Formats: sequence, C-alpha cells, structure tokens
Amino acid sequence: MNSIRVRWVLLCVLIVAAPSAVADPLPDELRDAGLYIDGAFGVVRPELHSFSPQYQLWSDGAIKRRWIELPPGSAIDGADPAAWEFPPGTRLWKEFSFDRPIETRLIERLADGSWRFAVYVWDEQGGSARLAPVTGIRALPVPTAPNGRYEIPSEYDCRACHEGARVPVLGFSALQLSPDRDPLALRAAPPSPGELNLPELVARGLLRDYPPALLVPAPRIGAASPIERAVLGYLHANCGHCHGAPDPNGASVPVATLLAQDPSDPEARAKVVSSLLRAPTRFRPPGLDDPRAVVPGRPEESVLVLRMRSRHPLMQMPPLGTAIPDLEALALIERWIKYELNP
Amino acid sequence: MAISKSRLSPAGTRGLGAMILGTTIACAAGLAFADEKVARGKYLVTTSGCNDCHTPWAPGPTGEPEPDWTRMLSGHPETVQLPPPPVLPAGPWAMTSAETNTAFSGPWGVSFTANLTPDEETGLGRWTLRNFVDTIRSGRHLGRGRVILPPMPIPMYKHFTDEDLEAIFAYLKSIPPVRNQVPEPWPPAAAVTALQ
Repeated sequence: MNSIRVRWVLLCVLIVAAPSAVADPLPDELRDAGLYIDGAFGVVRPELHSFSPQYQLWSDGAIKRRWIELPPGSAIDGADPAAWEFPPGTRLWKEFSFDRPIETRLIERLADGSWRFAVYVWDEQGGSARLAPVTGIRALPVPTAPNGRYEIPSEYDCRACHEGARVPVLGFSALQLSPDRDPLALRAAPPSPGELNLPELVARGLLRDYPPALLVPAPRIGAASPIERAVLGYLHANCGHCHGAPDPNGASVPVATLLAQDPSDPEARAKVVSSLLRAPTRFRPPGLDDPRAVVPGRPEESVLVLRMRSRHPLMQMPPLGTAIPDLEALALIERWIKYELNP
Repeated sequence: MAISKSRLSPAGTRGLGAMILGTTIACAAGLAFADEKVARGKYLVTTSGCNDCHTPWAPGPTGEPEPDWTRMLSGHPETVQLPPPPVLPAGPWAMTSAETNTAFSGPWGVSFTANLTPDEETGLGRWTLRNFVDTIRSGRHLGRGRVILPPMPIPMYKHFTDEDLEAIFAYLKSIPPVRNQVPEPWPPAAAVTALQ
C-alpha cells in the first residue's frame, strides 16, 4: 500500500516538474519577437538566414522578404525530399511590402511539434508593428495596395493554406531552393548574396539525410519544355499546397487535381499534366457540360484559367490570399495551353 | 504445411483466458464508446436542424411538405434542375428557397445544401474528421476552399466543441450513403456575366 502511495507521489512530482508544453504567448510588438537585434528595430539578427524561393506565391504584387531561424545545433531532416521535417523551435518570417512594410508573418514550430501562426501589422510610419488579432483585418486601408485595401489573414486563413500541405512550411524546399533556378520563373530574381540554397543547407549541416542523388544533378520541376517548366513551377508553388499528396494527419483536401511535384518522382510531370487534362472538376462554367481543368488548345474553356482569372469568392483560385488576378501568370499559362498542349 | 502441437500449462491456460477476457472487454468497451459517440452525433444532428436543409422536402400524404427520409441528409437532389432564381423587387425580402428546401437564392448567388452521407464520390466518403472540423471552424469548404454560403449557420456551429464535431462526423459516417452529386453554388448573375 505504501509503495503504491509512493508511486503516486512520484508521478505527481513528475507531472508538476515536467516542462510545460504550452508555448509562451507571443509579444505584442514585433520589436520583441526575435526577428530583429534588440534595440535596433528593422535590423535582422545575424543568426537568421534569408532565402527566396524560385517560384513565388502570387500576393497581388507585394514585395516579400523571408528569413528562417533554426535552433542552435539543430538541423532539418531531409530524408523525405518532398516533405522536410523541421525541428521544434524553427521559426520563419515573411515581410510583405507595398512601398512600405505592411505586415510580417511568423510561423513557429512549438516543442510539442505543432505549429503556430501570427501576423504583425506595421504602422504607417514604419516605426513599429503590432500583433494582429487572430481574426485578421478584413480591409486595412493601404493606398499603395491594389484597390487601396489590404487583407490581413486570420489564423484560420494561415492554416487554410499552410496546413493543407504535408509540411506547413511552403517555399522552403528542395525544389524551391534548388541552385538550378528557372530563368523563366515569373518575377524571379537571382538570389541575393548570402541567401540560403540547397547545397549550402547541406554543406552547413542544416539539412541532414537529404538524398545525395537529388543534390547532383540539382532538383528541378519536371517539364517537357522551358515554358512548361515555368508553368508547372508556378502551379507547384501557388496551388500545390492544397493540390498535393495526402498528408498523414488527414488535413489535406481530397481533390483529384494534383499540382505539387515530388522531386524524387520521375513521373511527377506526367502525373500533374494527366490530372490537369483528365481529372473531373465540380466547377461548371456556363455552357460547358464536361469541364476539365485544362482543355488543350482552348484556354477559354479551361477551368484552370477561368478560375485563376476570377476574383469572385465562389470561383476564384486560389480561394484566398489574393484580391487581383496574376495577369502575367495567366498569359504564360494560356500560351502553354494554346500552343504547347495543342494536339 | 506442418502444424506443431503444443500444450499449455494450467497457469498458461489461465493467462490465455485472462488475455482473451481482457481483449473481449476492451473491444466491447470500445464498441460501446463508438456507439455512444454515434448516438450523441445523431442527437446533435437531429436537434441542430441539419435535416431541415440537408434532407430534401417532398409532399407528404397530406400534401404538406415534409422531409423525404429515403434521401436523408443527401443534400440538394441532382435530379432537381432549377431555373434561374426569381428576381426580387427592392425591399426587405432578400432570400428565396426551392420547394425542396435545399437550394437558396440571395445576394450571394444560389447555394445548394451538401450531401452529408458517406457516399465515396458525392458525399463525405473521402473526408477525414480533420476536413470536417476545419470546414466548420473556418467556414470554408474543406477548411481551405471557397466560403460556405448562407443559410448554413457557420457563425453558430463553429462553436461546437471538438467532441461534438467528432460525434457528428461519426454519425454522418454511419448513415446510409446516397449517391447524389450536388451542384456547385451559382455566383450572382453579374459575376457569371463577367466570366463569359
């Protein structure tokens, strides 16, 4: 009896002494959130790594800057080249600007393996940024943004895009950081000096167990032509987080159209193109009885184009995160459908 | 194939018996728990008004409209082809409903109630619990797509607890599947014109 009592006491002591899995609340001010050097607002800490994905997410033309921070001594597990495992404590930052910084987003992996999402909204003078409400801000007046308004995403909006993928980190992956940059990728700029890429990640021990066979030659989007490479790269980056392989947590969307590519899969291109041409779509444009995402030679009948051009909330693709269509991307995709897929 | 014979000692027999009994009790408890969850889900679905819009109405024996239980929770019938919705005059009336009470016209366009049965192709068959919870919490289709339209009371239902949503989903997965492909919502006429 006594031994049972002792065991209970020990258990209680262990429970009380165990480190709390609850993360500290985020600070109200960006200046205190760990992105910048203490006392030097706007100066990024040198421990953080800047990076730029070669295929960018369309954000209505916003200029973006990105950083990642890994806990000291830790590394990303790259054994699955299509779904890197980030260590707890990983933090990624992304700043959105229209002539001035508007918002800075944070994704953080917590000790229990879950992810949290937050947004800091800058003041007009650029002297501070405050934590946004979890419900977001529907229409922040920003004269330099399209239509003079800017939508700060809610936490659910963040999760809607990020948690549809196998890994919630989007834009920091083997294909996106490949040194084999796509010269036709839309709005792509050469990486700035000091930005991380795939070989540097491996060389600096920040990415472990990544398959050497996918380092040389460097991974690239599977495609039959340079134009198609840019098109499929764009779709991979902008649509692949929902239109991708199922994730083990059941959070992914059960859709038939696959647009994400796995760099280790030699059939990746065939799978994407086949699903675009053959997968049924529930969206019924007027006058089309058997619509498909892509109809070779006929962009005007391709649901992909119709939905990318629309910004009506019932029709638009992507369904959130953008208020105006990406006309440059539409022109590229229409050209691919009209001339390269034409039988 | 050779079959080896072995003989259990009395103690081993008792141990095996205890193991079988334990497993049986655990399975029975698990089944009882699952049954409880489904029953709780049925209660919530019934009292929260899900059938009001997701089960099509049809004229009953007296000619009055009543839920058609042969199509329970299967959403707007694919066989009911609707004409364009009536244009209401300016004024306080804002919404019209089809006679099945499964299609609704308003400023948002025309919404059709979803097939909530576990049919693999047209219902919740491929949905995960996470998909269902994300939908109710976010007010977006599958938690990631287009917004869920009126009159679905997302602003109220998003306050269901996780346990409630799990029970509701367990019940919906337990009911008979009905193959019924509900149409996508119609945007307002002006938006459709812009598309053409």
